[in-house]
Amino acid sequence: MTHQPPIDTSPPVSDALRKTTCYMCACRCGIDVHLKGGKVAYIEGNRDHPVNRGVLCAKGSAGIMQHNAPARLRAPLKRVGPRGSGQFEEISWDEALGIACDWLDPIRKSDPSKLAFFTGRDQSQSFTSYWAQNFGTPNYAAHGGFCSVNMAAAGIYTMGGAFWEFGQPDWERTRLFILFGVAEDHDSNPIKMGLGRLKARGARVIGVNPIRTGYNAVADDWVGITPGTDGLFILSLIHVLMKSGRIDLDYLARYTNAPVLVNADPASPEHGLFLRDEGGKPLVIDRITGKLMAFDTPGARPDLSATHEADGITHRPVMHLMAERYLDAQYAPEAVAGRCGITAEKIRRIAAEIARVAFDEAITLEQEWTDFRGETHQTMVGRPVSFHAMRGISAHSNGFQTARALHVLQILLGTVEVPGGFRFKPPYPKPVSAHPTPHCKSTPDRPLDGPHLGFVRGPEDLALREDGSAARIDKAFTWENPMSAHGLMHMVISNAHAGDPYRIDTLFLYMANMAWNSSMNTARVMEMLTDTDETGDYVIPRIIYSDAYSSEMVAYADLILPDTTYLERHDCISLLDRPICEAEAAADAIRWPVVAPDRDVRGFQTVLIQLANRLKLPGFTDADGRAKYTDYADYIVNHERKPGIGPLMGFRGDGTDVGRGAPNPDQLERYIENGGFFVHHIPEAAQFYKPWNMAYQDWAVDTGLHDTPQPYLFDLYVETMRRFQLAAEGHGPRQPPDHLREQIKSTMDPLPFWYPALEETATDTAEYPIHALTQRPMAMYHSWGSQNAWLRQIHGENPLYLPTRLWEEHGFAPGDWARVTSPHGTITVPVAHMAALNPHTVWTWNAIGKRKGAWALAEDAPEATRGFLLNHLINELLPEKGDGHRWSNSDPITGQAAWFDLRVKIERTPAPAASQPAFAPLASPVGRGPARLSWRVGK
Amino acid sequence: MTTLPDTTTRKLGLVIDLDTCVGCHACVIACKGWNTENYGAPLSDEDPYGAAPSGTFLNRVHSYEVTPDAGAAQLVHFPKSCLHCDNAPCVTVCPTGASYKRVEDGIVLVNESDCIGCGLCAWACPYGAREMDAAEGVMKKCTLCVDRIHNENLPEEDRVPACVRTCPAGARHFGDLGDPTSAVSLLVKERGGMDLMPEQGTKPVNKYLPPRPRDRLDEVDVLAPLLAPVADEPGGFLGWLDRALERL
Repeated sequence: MTHQPPIDTSPPVSDALRKTTCYMCACRCGIDVHLKGGKVAYIEGNRDHPVNRGVLCAKGSAGIMQHNAPARLRAPLKRVGPRGSGQFEEISWDEALGIACDWLDPIRKSDPSKLAFFTGRDQSQSFTSYWAQNFGTPNYAAHGGFCSVNMAAAGIYTMGGAFWEFGQPDWERTRLFILFGVAEDHDSNPIKMGLGRLKARGARVIGVNPIRTGYNAVADDWVGITPGTDGLFILSLIHVLMKSGRIDLDYLARYTNAPVLVNADPASPEHGLFLRDEGGKPLVIDRITGKLMAFDTPGARPDLSATHEADGITHRPVMHLMAERYLDAQYAPEAVAGRCGITAEKIRRIAAEIARVAFDEAITLEQEWTDFRGETHQTMVGRPVSFHAMRGISAHSNGFQTARALHVLQILLGTVEVPGGFRFKPPYPKPVSAHPTPHCKSTPDRPLDGPHLGFVRGPEDLALREDGSAARIDKAFTWENPMSAHGLMHMVISNAHAGDPYRIDTLFLYMANMAWNSSMNTARVMEMLTDTDETGDYVIPRIIYSDAYSSEMVAYADLILPDTTYLERHDCISLLDRPICEAEAAADAIRWPVVAPDRDVRGFQTVLIQLANRLKLPGFTDADGRAKYTDYADYIVNHERKPGIGPLMGFRGDGTDVGRGAPNPDQLERYIENGGFFVHHIPEAAQFYKPWNMAYQDWAVDTGLHDTPQPYLFDLYVETMRRFQLAAEGHGPRQPPDHLREQIKSTMDPLPFWYPALEETATDTAEYPIHALTQRPMAMYHSWGSQNAWLRQIHGENPLYLPTRLWEEHGFAPGDWARVTSPHGTITVPVAHMAALNPHTVWTWNAIGKRKGAWALAEDAPEATRGFLLNHLINELLPEKGDGHRWSNSDPITGQAAWFDLRVKIERTPAPAASQPAFAPLASPVGRGPARLSWRVGK
Repeated sequence: MTTLPDTTTRKLGLVIDLDTCVGCHACVIACKGWNTENYGAPLSDEDPYGAAPSGTFLNRVHSYEVTPDAGAAQLVHFPKSCLHCDNAPCVTVCPTGASYKRVEDGIVLVNESDCIGCGLCAWACPYGAREMDAAEGVMKKCTLCVDRIHNENLPEEDRVPACVRTCPAGARHFGDLGDPTSAVSLLVKERGGMDLMPEQGTKPVNKYLPPRPRDRLDEVDVLAPLLAPVADEPGGFLGWLDRALERL
């Protein structure tokens, strides 16, 4: 019997196709949203989009389930039960905005710093910070402080740009790619696409990560490093490469501060600072004439080796200081091997392979270009070794210096901004000098004196009040963490609860699940949010929260401003913020409402504009108090940060201007016609050597990225850090408190070095011998994925993975549970065996565990019964030292939350009824999802 | 019982690169999305927000650890869907003729209007590639996106299975494995593409490209020689530096 029935192989795919930007993670891919009868029928990648070129990850394709999730909030909510209960009543927007203004207006008129406004996975930070600046509070930041500020700050301070949004490997030409500790959802489609391209042409990939999943699983070689020792490994590579002379001297002399002269007199108050000319330019010795001259003198050939005597003080080039530091035997492979968990032999082999590819396989592009000293080069030389790194090296208390070490390695090899190496994406390269300094001066009824976040140049830029106390609630830009460029969101609730440095009145959060997976010390944070003072009032008096979904944090707010889904809103992915540029082009994008909300919800940015209009905030209203913008779309089109420069670069003026031009009322329509994005290509001659390439610098000025050309040298030696050390040594008018002097002297080293994680030094590592990590799976983003019916079938629970050594030592068997204890707390969780794992490390997937009652899930959902958070084991503070101070569990340079410093011990335990700790169920403001899905919108 | 065609004009299928698959599940969800909205009944989900969510998927990614005798353990991601076998036991076992293999392109399909949900085909398939839809009571399986690859409403470049179009790492390839000159056939030849469980005699059309050898940096002979020092002391290094700068 055979019967082949006729089938329709050409069904209509959709009756409308709308192109917008994904928001299922932070990648910002272009998506084609297919509609049938006005409903979302299918989502796929946009082939024309510069980020994803048609591909789309599991999250992106599951957007249809997120957009329709039962966990969506439906209307503004006012708390009616005690905080944390989840009991709310729905109210109108008019009432909600009225309540918010009744709280915010008196604060603004008396003391704007009583508002702490922090946004989580916000993709509109140039807008939300502008709102906070006009409100006048110094207390604003997004989530960078607990994400990857070490990476961003180290990159910008060292070479004027960092990984991910700021740059990418030259996927076309690189022949050796080394990947350090990357969260698998960071820049996920571009990295996967890039790995695929490397694989297709047989380039070697080396993964450096304690855990061999995902990208490390496909890496040709795996370096299963012990957590927190990446810096030591990298410095050992530097040691071997320098010692063998396998470094790019020509590149170092021309494009870095290796030849810049440093005051070498320990008795001098300027010890360690650069010799500068009267105009403040660092000085070098010209190798041709032997004369002292400014680094950028036309025709100069800076000498890497010459010293200079001036006023009886010897000045030595940075290169000499580096030779002293890195040739030291403490960085020899044999000296670091044990701590890194990598054999000395393997370190030497990797160094040899790096050198072989960088120098013996150098590539040359026949492309003439002219540098900032006016010299024209006939070719572009490339060293086809590239690196990428993210959270894994960033989220340690030594992460800043580790990320710096990695950049120094790249620079010594001459692999930054060259063919085959690491390439910046506009608006980077951008030196520290082109960034703002932090601003914190708050005045009643006035805007803040400037942008909140920035890059300090020295102690004079710290955010301190007259009495030396912290001006910001998170203590960013203080002596505790001077270079905290992204703020410290993880300290806000703890500090506000402790009244240290001061009490606040209103905590206003957006898209940050601080009562659950986005806080360290989750159980205690829930108490901080619900604690009352002697009068019975909440210690943190008012909490406003905006989220699209019924997250755990919703239950802890007094007023909920429900956001739309990503398919119902306007957004702009702006060059003023975190754009979607590629190494070859500037690019930005929009979101627009491809479907209308079916609930009483509003895009959060529009709500901020409505609040600003009611509060009559400057910047949003004119002198007569009239609103400048009706909603966020209006702002995107008509706001000008500087004349002619707005949130979107494309279709300005009459529609043909790029970068600079008057607002164009048709701009959003033109973006929609263009597929939701705009691309502006960098000319061929400007594609590489961008920090020093005048063709690029001129293009950047034309495009509105800078007002004047900004060529600069890479800072192997960061003089700013030395300024903080000098202060700690007693020099200068602004002095640190005595208890921080030693920390500043030791950690703010202007050349990268390695020190053990602070938690490690504060912990009995014999008692707590195991490193514990989390990483995010490729198919989930933070807490959001669990409400997604399709994605939660992939990651519905998260065992703790144990390496073979621990599995056997403790006699674990499949199905077992373990008690996991840190100096701070205990959890009881299911375990699983994993052989491809560093033998001293356990790990789990991040943010799979859920609180009962949240996210419209059933109370017996596996996320709540078998899922768990490692967060309970991590404190935002280091253990008490008995000195009366609260020491933050953060990098002492940037304040980056040191999630990955965690040390634990484990033991087998009988299986409990559910993962511990367990918390009382939250009342769900949205009910529960349906018992069956049989999803189809078409006929 | 149902008969298979003697030959098919083409043998359309997938080539899946296990060296490149990062295990991201993009193919799993793109498949779920397309096939929920298109061919046959939607792919339903039981208890989607509850204690035991269980839905129909036509493609799933499994991950296996491999621990070699020497060297570090490895993790292999293994996407699995119907392999559109030439000798498909799921077809021959079907009591109603609902399961069939198309003559023109070799795709194995289920005619849902004839499917009685007996499940014999799922038992017969050695790969576990068929799933009964709990809501509809019919057998679901990979259609190779038969309503995409021949769909004249789609641009030519999009006439590929949803899993292939979406795969970020480029680990999935689609084409005619019956044509020895096709790109997929050449890829299979170049990379030593393999049948899954050939001993079953199913003659699968889909092929898997095996992972390349890993951790070869640990093998001395494939490497550049270790680096020789130019100096053991910083002072010696500075002397080398001067000499090297002279040569620039």
